[in-house]
Amino acid sequence: MENAGAVALAALAVGGIIAFVVITGFAYSTLLERKVLARMQVRVGPNRAGYIPIPRRGKDDLRLLGGVMQPLADAVKLFMKEDFTPPYVDTWVYNIAPIITVFPAVFSLAVIPWAPLPQWLADMTPHYLAPHGYLAIAPGLNVALLFILAITSIEVYGVVLAGWSSNSKYAVLGAIRSTAQMISYELSLGLTLLIPVMIAGSLNLNDIVVSQQQNGWFIMLQPIAGILFFVGALAELQRAPFDLLEAEQELSSGYNVEYAGMRFAMFMMAEYVKMIIFSAMWAVLFLGGYAGPLVSQFPMLGAVYMILKIVAGLFLMIWIRASWPRLRYDQLMDFGWKFMLPISVLNVIVTGVMIVLAEEGVFDGMLGWFGLLGG
Amino acid sequence: MLGYISELIKGMAITMRHMITPPVTIQYPEIKRPVRYRFKGRHELKRYDNGLEKCIGCALCAAACPADAIFVEASENTDDVRFSPGERYASTYEINMLRCIFCGYCEDACPTEAIVLEDKYELAFYDRASAIYTKDMLIVDVPINGQQTPQVVEPGVFTKSIPIMEDPK
Amino acid sequence: MGNLILFLILAVIAIGSAIMMLFSRNAVHSALWLILNFATIAVFYIILNAPFLAMVQITVYAGAIMVLFLFVIMLLGTEQGSGVLATRRGQLWTAAGLGLVVLGSIGTALVRIGGSSVQAAAADTSPRVLAMILFENFTFPFEVTGILLLVAVVGLYVMSKQLRKG
Repeated sequence: MENAGAVALAALAVGGIIAFVVITGFAYSTLLERKVLARMQVRVGPNRAGYIPIPRRGKDDLRLLGGVMQPLADAVKLFMKEDFTPPYVDTWVYNIAPIITVFPAVFSLAVIPWAPLPQWLADMTPHYLAPHGYLAIAPGLNVALLFILAITSIEVYGVVLAGWSSNSKYAVLGAIRSTAQMISYELSLGLTLLIPVMIAGSLNLNDIVVSQQQNGWFIMLQPIAGILFFVGALAELQRAPFDLLEAEQELSSGYNVEYAGMRFAMFMMAEYVKMIIFSAMWAVLFLGGYAGPLVSQFPMLGAVYMILKIVAGLFLMIWIRASWPRLRYDQLMDFGWKFMLPISVLNVIVTGVMIVLAEEGVFDGMLGWFGLLGG
Repeated sequence: MLGYISELIKGMAITMRHMITPPVTIQYPEIKRPVRYRFKGRHELKRYDNGLEKCIGCALCAAACPADAIFVEASENTDDVRFSPGERYASTYEINMLRCIFCGYCEDACPTEAIVLEDKYELAFYDRASAIYTKDMLIVDVPINGQQTPQVVEPGVFTKSIPIMEDPK
Repeated sequence: MGNLILFLILAVIAIGSAIMMLFSRNAVHSALWLILNFATIAVFYIILNAPFLAMVQITVYAGAIMVLFLFVIMLLGTEQGSGVLATRRGQLWTAAGLGLVVLGSIGTALVRIGGSSVQAAAADTSPRVLAMILFENFTFPFEVTGILLLVAVVGLYVMSKQLRKG
């Protein structure tokens, strides 16, 4: 490994660029959420910050780019706020909890494949990206899906520690709720993640994308798994209709009640980055990843398709938040354990049997659902 | 189960339908909606057509005010320095807009219909002192054919504080 | 050389976090040190070319078991434990003795095997190969573990049923 230094440098550069793009994306996903929610409630949403009056022919109003600077304004406001530590908190854990929350959220960016590798990038990174043939921060990690599972499982800590260290009953109750919820839904989420692995025969996310180019999108092959993954992701993300964590009426805002300023912003950031990650995972596992027309000619077009698919996932999450009421706690647990989990287990078993049957040639000559897998 | 799912999809259809309808928001500082006919906004002190103030400094409004927001101090009118018909006029008239509850009792109490709650509603201040509206701020402009107060008038014309209604209804 | 430096740094973190775990007076802090320890061990696995084991280590130990630990600590509100110094007399020494016995047996086992088991762990990471190893080479231990967990679940169910009746 004489090139370890060069590889590390290239990985830092690629990781820095992708992380920067995603963190900007996080800021704008808050704007997207506010705008879309507003339009669904027949409102306008933030349109003041970033007002650039450019006259348009035939129109009286000069408004353009209404609200594009809103995320920046929010960030400035949060930076300016007092960094207050309430009395009676466990200072050490209280300070470390926002970091623990943000870190895994950004960390799971490492394995997401963004595009097939263009030639110029392959020439630039002969030892780093070129041997793997696709653009990701850590393309060499063959257990990418397990990595995602591992990171998902430690995402709970930020919430638990923030809730516990705040020394406030609302925060503790919010943390307990969210922990129970995340543990319950992690099981069915993990089982659902197995299905693309079973069909593609690999834990590498790029192999899963390539397999979808051959077999068709997995949401077509496995609509149940696709929907289950999305529902599980909503529950993992504590988004509506599973947003019991921040049930304002009962908990005032959940585990982050005692936080303010930039530390509170870090929780929000983790939340939205996780939204982006789960959308990206959904796109990679079920919507064909970077696949799309003309990608083989222009590889960087793959990143555009990825971003479009991520935005589609985000839009769906926001749409659901605008439409559906929140579940009651016992309904949430019943849904997770008595509905999602059995269906996930059954789905895994049925998929396994079907794959074996397809490999044995039972479906040969039959243009059926799983017949596509035979070849 | 299917019932649940169809209800969920119905809900999402409704939000989608709302998304494509144009928003009902009115961009407030640029576009201001007219207020209703009986809207109770900021007070104004009215004038007669000749420019004399209707307010005669009787302080009935201050007495009627449940929030104790009005302060009136009266002074004597003379024919050389005349502000309003009759003996007296309000030399000081102040309303504390932080106390006012916009009930309109002052309007009801006024014998000369001098104080009226009009349509101005942008009452925001940077400090407490500027929340007190003085007579200069409350009184309306002189009508086109009127004269600025204080006026110099012929003796014996404006002897009655409360004008006699010519055509009582 | 680089690996050695990395190993030494990680070893210091692992041992330090383990010691801090033992000597923290607060149960939540203890749990946090233990999580750090588990994470360091996962990095050891990656250095040994066993990324699958590393991910399983994080998912199962750091992700599932320690979350449950923290959950129970939070629910019971026992985070302000009495600490190691206030335990019953003799407990500390017994624990130290038993720990030495366990350490000795693990050491003996390692010396006898001679480090070859590390190679078995660093297998290919394709799910097919993993499944082959798990269900053909280690079928019996796998099934035994499954039965053990099932027994625990059934036992818990029975106990909670009895509690609800009583």
